[in-house]
Amino acid sequence: MFTNIGEFLPFILGGLTTTVQAFLFGAVLAYSIAIVAGLMRTSKLAVVRIVATIFVELFRGTSLLVQMFFFAFVFPALTPFTPSLFLAGGLALGFNYGAYASEVVRGAVLSVPEGQKEAAISLNMSKVQRMRFVILPQAIRIMLPGIGNNSIELLKGTSLVYFISLADMTYRADILRGANTALSSQIEIYTYLLFTYFVLALPLIFLTRWLEKRASKGVSTA
Amino acid sequence: MSWDWEFAFEVFPDIVGAIGVTIGATVVAYLISLVLGLVFTLLRRSSFKPLSLLMAGVIEFIRTTPPLVQLFFVYYAFPMSPFTTGAVVLGVHYATYVSEVYRSGIEAVPTSQWEASKALNFSKAQTWQKVILPQAIPPVIPMLGNYLIVLFKETPLLAGIFVTEMLQVARIIGADTYRFLEPIAIVGFLFLVLSYPSALFIRYLEKRSGKLHGSAEKGVKT
Amino acid sequence: MTEEVVDNEIKESENENENIVVSYKDVKKAFGDTVVLNDLSLNVAQGEKVALIGPSGSGKTTIIRMLMTLEQPTEGTIEVDGEMLWHKEVNGELLPADEKHMRKVRGKIGMVFQQYNLFPHMTIMRNCTTAPVNVLGISKDEAKTRAQEMLDKVGLGDKVDNYPSQLSGGQQQRVAIARSLVMQPKVMLFDEVTAALDPELVGEVLEVLKDIAAEGDTTMMLITHEMEFARDVADRVLFLDNGKIAEHGPPSEVIENPQTERLQAFLGRFNNS
Ligand SMILES: Nc1ncnc2c1ncn2[C@@H]1O[C@H](COP(=O)(O)OP(=O)(O)OP(=O)(O)O)[C@@H](O)[C@H]1O
Ligand SMILES: [Mg+2]
Repeated sequence: MFTNIGEFLPFILGGLTTTVQAFLFGAVLAYSIAIVAGLMRTSKLAVVRIVATIFVELFRGTSLLVQMFFFAFVFPALTPFTPSLFLAGGLALGFNYGAYASEVVRGAVLSVPEGQKEAAISLNMSKVQRMRFVILPQAIRIMLPGIGNNSIELLKGTSLVYFISLADMTYRADILRGANTALSSQIEIYTYLLFTYFVLALPLIFLTRWLEKRASKGVSTA
Repeated sequence: MSWDWEFAFEVFPDIVGAIGVTIGATVVAYLISLVLGLVFTLLRRSSFKPLSLLMAGVIEFIRTTPPLVQLFFVYYAFPMSPFTTGAVVLGVHYATYVSEVYRSGIEAVPTSQWEASKALNFSKAQTWQKVILPQAIPPVIPMLGNYLIVLFKETPLLAGIFVTEMLQVARIIGADTYRFLEPIAIVGFLFLVLSYPSALFIRYLEKRSGKLHGSAEKGVKT
Repeated sequence: MTEEVVDNEIKESENENENIVVSYKDVKKAFGDTVVLNDLSLNVAQGEKVALIGPSGSGKTTIIRMLMTLEQPTEGTIEVDGEMLWHKEVNGELLPADEKHMRKVRGKIGMVFQQYNLFPHMTIMRNCTTAPVNVLGISKDEAKTRAQEMLDKVGLGDKVDNYPSQLSGGQQQRVAIARSLVMQPKVMLFDEVTAALDPELVGEVLEVLKDIAAEGDTTMMLITHEMEFARDVADRVLFLDNGKIAEHGPPSEVIENPQTERLQAFLGRFNNS
């Protein structure tokens, strides 16, 4: 057992680029959505809040894999627009994790004490200035650990693109397994795959830990 | 392609028919995660350093690698039925999250409670059973409930190992008929209809019991 | 009503000849169904120091929060320098003011809070310069010079690079006062600024307030439970009770010679302690 690392690991790593690309695409989309939807949910205007809430609840409530199938197989049939499989996977990842992360953003913004906003008003700051100088800088510190954890989830979630036949690491491992049906080979393949994901997650894990420590020290020790 | 009500009505019973498998897998996995989560937490707190460190590593590894890959690993390594494999793997995976919830509950119990137990000459097991856990668990029940919903929404992954849960049925229908729109939409709808009211209920419980602070947000997927 | 009170009203009407900066006109404030202020009319003259005293829940905070635009009056108008704060007159009709108008009027008001509300992620210097630079549009250098001057004034000129959490409560509150002063408001509002402080830190903050008051030109409205301080600093004391101004006049009358039973009882609590 574990004698084929020279053959198996490079083959699996052939999917690394796709995995990383899906992660990055998903992360950029997710966190853009999270900020917009999260702030919308703290809006005073009911319409704005409701639109954001519907979006968030829809994507939190229907399961990532279902959404991925939707973007890959239903969307092209419904609209004249046919996203590539990568785009379909990326959209599902971005929308789904964006919906979750928007809660982190919302929670962080709401956790900045009301007195901060009032002090900013007493200094006659505009709404935009209040957000920019007072609320967001504090909210970001509070939300970063949550965003870090969300990123770990997102990295795990990229493995679902396997279902829509994107050749990521999980998909490549599946091909390899099809060609090496001995029990020991199969265990070997998935062991390598698991450790590869873990190694990829390590920087995120340490980053998140560090952010957690910083956040627990309070926002004032910059 | 546009929505075909007749087709939708035709496939609806097949998909709903699989709801038992989905819910069955959810419940079994949830029970596993509740029990194993507690075991994880207690081992993690062991005063025998090597054990607690090992546990920390194992928890971190399971938590940060994709459950889909874990499914493949177990499915191909052990001669278990797809359903059993699915329930066990999801159960073990989410036990790592649940253990984080228990931890936050336990840490919220004042140290004076430990001291008082010592003063009363309770054994360690008695202290846990009679003093700590009865105080630690009730406040985190809403958070534990959250993971029931999270698990429910994770069950489509089991399609990867051919468990005939709802999404797998929809996939099969789609492959047979080349119509994905209605089956996927129905699955999404069913997930939403079941998970959203449950989520509202949990949030109501959370509000009622007052939020417990701590790092139980590791899941983020709440 | 006693003669004293009538006398006070005459005095106030004399005030109207002076330069009025703040004017509440028939202001009513309700939270839902609970009316907390009723028919409040009040003029404050340029440079005047007004102390608001009264039992908890009598509406003191609400009065000054409405002036800071933190709370919206249910009825009536508030004017600052003859300009309406919450309303705009268009073709003889009163319409709610827009953000732009409110900011213009609000610029004349500054406020110091019970809980200091310093920005924890900024150094003391940045706490004091962010608004001047971005709101008043003055240069960074000038803002720093002004901030340094005000921080020196409150005795914290050497703390510019510290963060709020590194300061004591009294020091933080003095920074909050300096931060507000840098904006050079015409009217400064103080809401129980010593109430959150340890007793031994109260004095240093009151000293700073006395200094500002002694300079004379800033109009001040202070909510306080420090009766001695109110007597020393205020030109006029308002006793609020149940959402109304129950007694008002110079400290020598209101504090030294209270007329109503309510005020006597209220002051009695302070004399004993
Ligand atoms: N946001 C609010 N919602 C509902 N009621 C409020 C609100 N703010 C104040 N009140 C009520 O209005 C009344 C007046 O409150 P206010 O804070 O002005 O009193 P105060 O005189 O400043 O009292 P204290 O000395 O305790 O600070 C109180 O009964 C209070 O409960
Ligand atoms: Mg008050």
